[in-house]
Amino acid sequence: MTKVQNNRAWLLILPMLVLVAFSAIIPLMTVVNYSVQDVFDANTRFFTGTEWFETMLNDSALQAALLRQFAFSMTILAIEVPLGIGIALLMPKRGWQASAVLILITLPLLIPWNVVGSIWQIFTRGDIGLMGWGIRELGYSYNITRNPVDAWATIILMDVWHWTPLIALLCYSGLRAIPEAYYQAARIDRASRWAVFRYIQLPKLTNVLVIGVLLRFMHSFMIYAEPFVLTGGGPGSSTTFLSQSLTTMAIGQQDLGPSAAFSLIYFLIILLVSWVFYTAIMNMQKDDATGGHRHDA
Amino acid sequence: MAEIMLKALAHTYVSNPQSPADYAIREMTHVWHQGGAYALLGPSGCGKSTLLNIISGLLQPSDGDVVFDSRIVNELPPEERNIAQVFQFPVIYDTMTVFDNLAFPLRNIRTPEAKVRERVAEVADILDLVPLLRRKAKNLTADEKQKVSMGRGLVRDDVSAILFDEPLTVIDPQLKWKLRRKLKEIHERFNITMIYVTHDQLEASTFAEKIAVMYEGQVVQFGTPRELFEKPAHTFVGFFIGSPGMNFLEMTVTESGLSFGKLPIPVDPRLLELAHRSGSNNVKLGIRPEFVEVHEEVGSNTLSVKVEDIQDLGTYSILSFRLNGVSLKARLGEEHAIRGEYAHVRFPEASTHLYIDECRVEVGND
Amino acid sequence: MSLILENIDHVVNGATHIEGIDLELAPGSFNVLLGRTLAGKTTLMRLMAGLEPPTRGRVLMNGEDVTGVSVRRRNVSMVYQQFINYPSLTVFDNIASPLKLARVPKAEVTRRVRETAEMLHIEHLLDRYPQELSGGQQQRTAMGRALVKDADLILFDEPLVNLDYKLREEFRQELRELFRMRNCIAVYATTEPNEALALGGHTAVLHEGRLLQYGRTEDVYHRPGNILTAEMFSEPPINVVPGLVSGAEVTFDKSVHFRLNEDLRSLPPGQYSFGVRPSHVGLAPQSADDLELQVRVDLAEISGSETFLHVSNELFHLVLHLAGVHEFAVDEPIKVYFPTHKLYAFDHNGSVVHIPPRLGSL
Repeated sequence: MTKVQNNRAWLLILPMLVLVAFSAIIPLMTVVNYSVQDVFDANTRFFTGTEWFETMLNDSALQAALLRQFAFSMTILAIEVPLGIGIALLMPKRGWQASAVLILITLPLLIPWNVVGSIWQIFTRGDIGLMGWGIRELGYSYNITRNPVDAWATIILMDVWHWTPLIALLCYSGLRAIPEAYYQAARIDRASRWAVFRYIQLPKLTNVLVIGVLLRFMHSFMIYAEPFVLTGGGPGSSTTFLSQSLTTMAIGQQDLGPSAAFSLIYFLIILLVSWVFYTAIMNMQKDDATGGHRHDA
Repeated sequence: MAEIMLKALAHTYVSNPQSPADYAIREMTHVWHQGGAYALLGPSGCGKSTLLNIISGLLQPSDGDVVFDSRIVNELPPEERNIAQVFQFPVIYDTMTVFDNLAFPLRNIRTPEAKVRERVAEVADILDLVPLLRRKAKNLTADEKQKVSMGRGLVRDDVSAILFDEPLTVIDPQLKWKLRRKLKEIHERFNITMIYVTHDQLEASTFAEKIAVMYEGQVVQFGTPRELFEKPAHTFVGFFIGSPGMNFLEMTVTESGLSFGKLPIPVDPRLLELAHRSGSNNVKLGIRPEFVEVHEEVGSNTLSVKVEDIQDLGTYSILSFRLNGVSLKARLGEEHAIRGEYAHVRFPEASTHLYIDECRVEVGND
Repeated sequence: MSLILENIDHVVNGATHIEGIDLELAPGSFNVLLGRTLAGKTTLMRLMAGLEPPTRGRVLMNGEDVTGVSVRRRNVSMVYQQFINYPSLTVFDNIASPLKLARVPKAEVTRRVRETAEMLHIEHLLDRYPQELSGGQQQRTAMGRALVKDADLILFDEPLVNLDYKLREEFRQELRELFRMRNCIAVYATTEPNEALALGGHTAVLHEGRLLQYGRTEDVYHRPGNILTAEMFSEPPINVVPGLVSGAEVTFDKSVHFRLNEDLRSLPPGQYSFGVRPSHVGLAPQSADDLELQVRVDLAEISGSETFLHVSNELFHLVLHLAGVHEFAVDEPIKVYFPTHKLYAFDHNGSVVHIPPRLGSL
């Protein structure tokens, strides 16, 4: 009797399977299909095997974009994570100040990607932008369309401005979850401010931080709209990140085969890194389970 | 080493208190002697946590003083009061080993490492934590964690009092008595004042030499477990201590004596005199269920009562009966059975107590 | 309504949580599930409620097979450890919520909510919100929600653990009276033997997913079928001492001998475990055949009106349950008296082979 019902339950998830097929599997298989063929027109195509993959992996422009992408993601993580923790630690804990600060901090998160690009594009202009004008007034010839260092710094600054609040919010909620008794015990143990951070706050933040880092890594690795609007990938190709190279190839040059192959490589990289993070989280929780309280079955 | 004194202490969370009911702690003066094992016992909301926080320094009293060895410490934060505290839920430093947890308070005050090792070894030995010293504190069981947090208080030489805030809440029932024994051993070994806050009479009576029972922001009795059981000073103590609690009969005071409804209650003439003098009409007779005599047959001075319920609790039973519309209880020994619909009870005078305005009166204490 | 569990197994990810449980609960009965943490109490209640189907076996309600029928289609209510109420609804609306879901007419909702609230002594709190109530009052509200809908089966999952012991005493007394008159099956899970005794009714003792014994609460307590039941259903746990029976003599741990009491003479020679209730070991001899033991005090646990005295010597660790307050110093040497005529005897399988006669029993 129970068995019949279990089988019927499988039917119930059928719509879900169909949905997943349309939203993920079919588009993905299309890409796989393109990546192993050379398409001339609607009727002429050749099977190419792994040729596109080899071409792509050996393409120096793409290799450069990939390195640039890793450099970018690591840089913003290195800045945003400590900064986010710092902001969370400084945020007021209760009262109207807490709500006010929360709202202010959340504001950048509410702005769409391309709008962020536009805002910063205007902001950094030498003639009418407050920042661009300000820096020039200080005597530095700031120009994001000519100087790659300026362009890089500005994109990183923009990302830090846009996304640090996310880390700060996550950490803030993590900090709020620490019972007051921990702080009391630390005071009685005469722990320094640093020791409180190192031995109470940081360990309790690990879980939210892993989630934060994971989100920020995936996000930044796919960054497109902001630099596209701000610098257009220049000067030269100094701020051309992976997704932009891909778009140029697929839409600009209609190189469907290579761009399909590249999409897959791109996808696999993100999958791999995410998997590493996921395993890390899971292992951490396994440690928790052995130490946590037992519950009645 | 400290004697802790609360001098005319009161606390309110209201900015402009109007009546005694606005006070979480009503004015009290109370001394905890150096080296004693004390408990602060009361139901939730009686003010015991407020009092604990005032002693530990997390809260400043709105009136009166907290005095440690004749030094007023009202303004001192917890870290400067030389006290340690064990919380309801184990507070440990997850990422550290047991050793590092125990060493933490010493390292914070820059104790030489050799001394740290010596002290930690000593304390770990007492608490049976030696085999666990290298383990990560995160992976310990709840009782081990609680021992670690206690150990952090014991390693310091300068700790003069340890405060316990319901420390056995998360401990497996089968392990509780072992930890209770450990606490007693530690108390005997170290000359430290210990104050144990709980709502559980078993925890309090097992641990403490003297118990302060709190009710509505006041200490209504400060006495040994035996005193609380045999001579409850306040009706609340009678009710709260013992399972089931004390029976109370509301008395009518007349010229000739006391009566419960129409039933005359014999009472020492000197007590009757006190009742007359007080002029109060809140006079109660209290008797613990353990001391109510129950017979199957009519005897001298017995009252016939209707049996409402008999609860067999294994080692004894609780007989519920009705007298003048009031439900009362008596405890019956294991081999004592009441078969009929009626039982015959007697309240031996030596085991009854007289309460005027909820407080026990005694001949000679006037 | 009757509830029958037939040969129930429950396996989750390869781990057996419930094994071979047969249980028949009579209409209108109050049943206590007694067992330590992880004994399977909660799982069994979830199976009874239909929150999960069992891996094997059948659940019959009123003789009808309801295995796998969802909890929504059974008339079941449940009260949990945590005080679970709708925070944005008043006490009245909280209690009324199951009736409103069942589209009961308004006038009847009001009547039944008032009736239930009176029964639980919260009629003066009906306009309040849960966060304005004490823990006890919140749990009363949650119980009101469970009781108002006249469920066929009411499940209590350790509902009193988060309350002070005085409130627990009060609740137990009330529940005992409340269910005496109701016509539904109540199942009440607890880890505390004394709670089972105070509630009365029937008791099922669970251990590691298996049912050890089921019967009237007093019977299970006084006539345990095996050593595990005797240990589980006793607070403090029954004292167990291994002993060798040979002829008319028992030897405890090779060195303590005593003559077998007459009613134990029929035991064939061999190794047994002898159980003695903590309340039967005394500080003074109660009868001529008591065995005097020199011991040291490990700890005197005092519970206000009673004392649990832990004592030991090289051979034994015993617990005494004494009436009144007795204060002892740790390690104080004392004498205790072991009643040789009040022993339970268990064979090598743990099955009971002798139960001491009860004086004063009916």
